[in-house]
Amino acid sequence: MIYFDNSATTQLDDRILQSYIEVNKRYYANPASLHLKGKEAEALLERSRAQILSILGAPNGEVIFTSGGTEANNLAVIGLAKALQSRGNHLITSKIEHPSILRAMEYLEAQGFEVDYLPVNTDGVISIEDLEAAIRKDTIVVSIMHVNNEIGAVQPIEAISQMIKQKSRAVFHSDAVQSFGKLPIQLDAKGPDMITISAHKIHGLKGSGLLAMKKGVIPHAINFGGGQEKGLRSGTVSVPDAVSLAKSIRLNAVEEERKDFRQWRNQLIQFVDQYVRKDQILVLAPEQASPHILTIAFQHIKGEVAVNFFQEKGITLSTSSACSSKSGNAGHVIEALGIPQKYKNGVIRISFGNMNSDQQIEEFKKILASFMELLGRGQHDEVE
Amino acid sequence: MFVRKLRNNIQSALHDLRSIKLTSDRDRMFLTANDQDEMEIAIKRLSHVFGIQSFSPVAKCEATLEAIKETAIHVIGSDETADKTFKVEIKRIDKSFPYVTGELQQEIGAHVLRNFPELGVKMKKPDILLHVEIRQDGAYLTSKVYQGAGGMPIGSNGHSLLMLSGGIDSPVAGYLMMKRGVSLDAIHFASPPFTSEMAKKKVMDLATQLSSFGASVKLHIIPFTEIQQMIVHQVPDNLSMTTTRRVMLQIADQVRQEAEALAIVTGESLGQVASQTLDSLTAINAVTSTPILRPLIAADKLEIIDLAQKIGTYDISIQPYEDCCTIFTPANPKTKPKLQKVEYYESFSDFEPMIEKAVQERTVIELPIQETDEFESLL
Repeated sequence: MIYFDNSATTQLDDRILQSYIEVNKRYYANPASLHLKGKEAEALLERSRAQILSILGAPNGEVIFTSGGTEANNLAVIGLAKALQSRGNHLITSKIEHPSILRAMEYLEAQGFEVDYLPVNTDGVISIEDLEAAIRKDTIVVSIMHVNNEIGAVQPIEAISQMIKQKSRAVFHSDAVQSFGKLPIQLDAKGPDMITISAHKIHGLKGSGLLAMKKGVIPHAINFGGGQEKGLRSGTVSVPDAVSLAKSIRLNAVEEERKDFRQWRNQLIQFVDQYVRKDQILVLAPEQASPHILTIAFQHIKGEVAVNFFQEKGITLSTSSACSSKSGNAGHVIEALGIPQKYKNGVIRISFGNMNSDQQIEEFKKILASFMELLGRGQHDEVE
Repeated sequence: MFVRKLRNNIQSALHDLRSIKLTSDRDRMFLTANDQDEMEIAIKRLSHVFGIQSFSPVAKCEATLEAIKETAIHVIGSDETADKTFKVEIKRIDKSFPYVTGELQQEIGAHVLRNFPELGVKMKKPDILLHVEIRQDGAYLTSKVYQGAGGMPIGSNGHSLLMLSGGIDSPVAGYLMMKRGVSLDAIHFASPPFTSEMAKKKVMDLATQLSSFGASVKLHIIPFTEIQQMIVHQVPDNLSMTTTRRVMLQIADQVRQEAEALAIVTGESLGQVASQTLDSLTAINAVTSTPILRPLIAADKLEIIDLAQKIGTYDISIQPYEDCCTIFTPANPKTKPKLQKVEYYESFSDFEPMIEKAVQERTVIELPIQETDEFESLL
């Protein structure tokens, strides 16, 4: 079995699972308790936090552990809007954000906030001019993802950060769920003020994520209870999850883009070129994308058909995004790209992870070729 | 000696900041940092290292007029500039630099004013003094001076033993002695099972916090249960506290000798509790001729609390764990114990072997503890 759906989720790394089990066995106490067991658990929790902040380049910053990327994104957008509403009520995001950002923005709109949704070009990238034009005096939050989950488009984080700083006092949040571990991202002067990371996208556990922020950028809480995590995320903190996430982050952090993934991606682009020239396949965001995601679209074929074919041959991949793949529409990201109608429903996404190999790429090429051959035969029956 | 000690202490205070390098000449030390965050942490920690009068963040650039002008803007820009006055001060150590001081002042000053028109110029006592030093290897610019903690480098004034109870006062007393250049061992009395592991952990945290001021602290934990029970049985209630303190001091004195320390430091403050009246201190002190240093003797409780908060020990001290002194507290301890009486009651028991045993069986922990490897493998 070849698993090429790492953007949906990844296979758990054994070393991380071992840590998870060990911590559950040995440090099961509540880190908020005053007894020795609790203090040990707390020390381990704080050590995890410090390790993460040090890797993210913000040793003075803050990490809030959450149930995953969605909760962290909600906390960032809604929590920041509430915290900063005395300064203004305008937010900026892009049209191709994850639903956990878009739905949160819509919620805020219903609450009386104003939101601008920046368009993207055919490569899925926003323009800095559009951003500049959208920034207002009362802009308080800009949330723009680092890497798009459906097509891998990479946003120019440094330029965005610079523009925001130059024009406003807005806080810059970036959803780095897809990018972390594949592209470098830091909470430094050139980076965002706040990022979201999810454990299960980097060979960690499902149900675990975090919101990391620079010093001094504190959102309001959006859930209420015992005041854990500095009051920002009530609920007993899962030390095993926090430790496992710290370990996933350590094992996956990169100082430059993943060269192995980039090489695989380039090889595949080169391979599909023969079909691209015959207009049978369109490569989405060929130059601008993250090394680990290759999204292609077949002409006049439903993505689902391709997914089923590959499934049959032992290769797991997906239509553009697991979150939207059941709904049957092309989805908001594909729509936002403005690609030709004939490709819109034929999108599939191949996404790499640590468990993939050169051999699997070769295997994939063979199966893709046989699929195209099959289509070629089928084309005679089609009436254009 | 002074400088070498200081250098070591700075190094140990900043040991985990990897981007920071330390070099020194006769009267100055230079730290170079490649990371803004680490720089900020270093500034915070340096303000606690004793023996530093003041320190300044410095920007280094090429020794060309253009580079200096540009860097000057960055340096000035890191400060509040609204309604402020400034002045440029030049030191040309590299005399081959092709501009004389006056020219430089004018060029740099004018450039700063163009970029920060809100600034005023003032020759005497300006708010911002931009100091530019031109050396062979580059130009050094600075505009900020941070006050150091003052005092003397820890270790430059010998070694003492601190009696560390877990309360608010003793860590403050330790801090003040460290500030005068005294390095410390600490001694703590534990009475398990009446006192908990948590109380011990609390004292370790206090010692760790003290160690953050620039020198590790060796903590001696004395098993005190047997002695305390003996005292409760042998000495009348209202004198038991005095005897307890006397035995503690005797134990401390032996540990002091073994630790090669010269004096004993306590957090006693005159009249604060029954054991800290002049009469009590006299009766307790009678067991030894070793100098007992009491830096808080004349301080008010509120002053002590203030300082405890400032040095970060207060929040640890107020954690609610019983220590050995609060367990067997008699209802009415004597505030004017008579030495003769105390000695009389003590004479019925032989404390000597018990003291010996307690000293022998003490646990010694060096703080700060390097993080356990147990965590390392999990993360």
